Amino acid sequence: MATPRLTVTDALDRLNERPQARPRIAVHKFSSCDGCQLAFINAGEALLQLAELVDIVHFAEAGPMDPEAAVDLAFVEGSISTPEEAERIQTVRANTRFLVSIGACATSGGLQALRNFNADGAAGWTEAVYAQPEFIHSLDTATPVAEHVKVDLELWGCPVNARQVFQALRQLLFGVAPVVDRDKLCVECKRQQHVCVLVAKGEPCMGPVTHTGCGALCPAFGRDCYACFGPAENPNTAALARRFEGLGLLPEAVARRFHLINSHAPAFRTEWLDWQERT
Amino acid sequence: MQSMALFLPRPSLDALIQALRACGYERVLGAVARDGAITLQALGSASDLPVGVRDRQEPGHYRLERGEGERCFAWANGPQALKPLTFAPRETLWRCERDAEGRLVFQDAGERSVPTAVIGVRACDLAALKIQERHFLKAPYPDPRYADRRESLFLVAVHCSHPASTCFCASTGDGPRAESGFDLALSELDDGFVVTAGTERGAAVVERLELDRASPEQKAEADAEIDAAAQRQVRALPSRNLREGLYARLEHPHWDQVGRRCLSCGNCTAVCPTCFCHAEQDEPVLDGSHTDHLRQWDSCFTAVHSYMGHFLVREETRLRYRQWLTHKLASWHDQYGRSGCVGCGRCIAWCPVGIDITAEVAALLEPADA
Ligand code: SF4
Ligand code: SF4
Ligand code: SF4
Ligand code: SF4
Repeated sequence: MATPRLTVTDALDRLNERPQARPRIAVHKFSSCDGCQLAFINAGEALLQLAELVDIVHFAEAGPMDPEAAVDLAFVEGSISTPEEAERIQTVRANTRFLVSIGACATSGGLQALRNFNADGAAGWTEAVYAQPEFIHSLDTATPVAEHVKVDLELWGCPVNARQVFQALRQLLFGVAPVVDRDKLCVECKRQQHVCVLVAKGEPCMGPVTHTGCGALCPAFGRDCYACFGPAENPNTAALARRFEGLGLLPEAVARRFHLINSHAPAFRTEWLDWQERT
Repeated sequence: MQSMALFLPRPSLDALIQALRACGYERVLGAVARDGAITLQALGSASDLPVGVRDRQEPGHYRLERGEGERCFAWANGPQALKPLTFAPRETLWRCERDAEGRLVFQDAGERSVPTAVIGVRACDLAALKIQERHFLKAPYPDPRYADRRESLFLVAVHCSHPASTCFCASTGDGPRAESGFDLALSELDDGFVVTAGTERGAAVVERLELDRASPEQKAEADAEIDAAAQRQVRALPSRNLREGLYARLEHPHWDQVGRRCLSCGNCTAVCPTCFCHAEQDEPVLDGSHTDHLRQWDSCFTAVHSYMGHFLVREETRLRYRQWLTHKLASWHDQYGRSGCVGCGRCIAWCPVGIDITAEVAALLEPADA
């Protein structure tokens, strides 16, 4: 089943309104490990260049603090997993003209979305893990930003690829719709001429259903992709899962291939449920 | 030209590599077993070649194995053809920047390629190269990048003696004997190689080696091995022209059936030595002062390949698979006067789910009432 394309036209029109002041940018954090914000911080020189092109008004990890400021462009890292976050994301949306969600947590709910599959809710786990669970106020689910507010552009990955973030940013500054490649990882893997680990080693590589963007990192090191960039467009997860079974994986192991970093993404969720039933 | 057959004793293989270098081929590439496959790599010496290595190929399956003897070309093709050497998987075509007056200035971003010799080219890949030359060089706008890289190549063919279960070049008429398109061609025997030159520059390279003529027995043995290789092929396409048959079946229910198995991953088109589709994109630097214009491999299995302004012509996998098969085996005849398949079998072995082009064609052509 094809995922609907994001419509960016309206948001772009607003971003393109003239005359323009220096664009104002915010980077917000929700439930996450901060790894995606590092795409900016690790960029070093590019971050300094960016600071000359835009005003970075809120970016807690890097210094500037003004979470309620009205901005042109807001980057959001992290999933919505507490009642406070569910409210705060509404404010972020209301205060920005263009919203980009970055990373697995913001786009699919991330690793923490594994709790969404617990029929009894998250309370049992909270009690098992924390000494004083009464201080923990979390929702039963960790969900992507797009389930709460309108998202104008999604950049997937755990973590996002800094090159992709800066490309998208540059395109937005030019006033054009960012092009995000949603092909399967295999396309990039073959461009780089890696030997396919599925065919030559029988590894259960997730590349054929996974969104490109990482630069085919895992196959470059002879290991199988574990889908940290989430589902690609038109992913045939059922056919790949059958192939994994043919490679000798037990149904539970097949199910687990889809139940990791992007477990809440619909294509992976369906496949997990399907194979979970067979275990 | 087809020169007289000479004999290169096995220990002199290094002398051939040195002769190629001496003739100006800075880069000598050859088959090297790496990451579990036969891949094209820079050769230091003949000892880098896969001595005693055999391959086992099945749909969606490829393994290297240790075999007997000294032979180093006793395998069928690995995943790479000559294609990455001539049609780069990714390259910057041009750069554009603003000058002091704000005008856009375009610059050629191409790099000249170094003279390169490739040892171990198979017949199917020579046939594929000829097909790609038609596309890239014989069109109204020949591709200068492709031309430069093609001209830099010196090709040492090795006739096939060990086809894989996935090979079917005999049925497409493109192998296992390399008929033309090479500078030198070798037939591997246990103790050495029967060598013929296909071009003047090929002859000039072997002249340096001062080889004896191949004996009639050696020539006969080499021929017999190639003939046996053709006989051993277990797959085939039913005809060299399937155009009418496929056009008559554009609505066949089998497209749905294969569409449910296909991952739409594009591995088949990437390993196919004749596929030539690409996408272009711009990569501006952050401050917007200049931009690189890139060209990279694309595939009819991607969504963008059929993106028309605001919609996808081929959203479903069934349609993408149909595009691949009917371009390759049907409309290719209209464009280039032959089928686009040279029977190398790569798309069968390197398909993660083992979809077999020969089996799909057979299923499509089966009489409806059968
Ligand atoms: S290694 Fe994985 S990503 Fe690469 S071609 Fe094979 S299946 Fe695709
Ligand atoms: S279609 Fe398949 S067998 Fe034919 S040339 Fe391409 S990769 Fe080889
Ligand atoms: S349309 Fe498909 S089959 Fe034809 S050349 Fe392009 S990638 Fe290959
Ligand atoms: S036929 Fe095989 S290699 Fe080609 S797109 Fe489909 S699954 Fe991928």
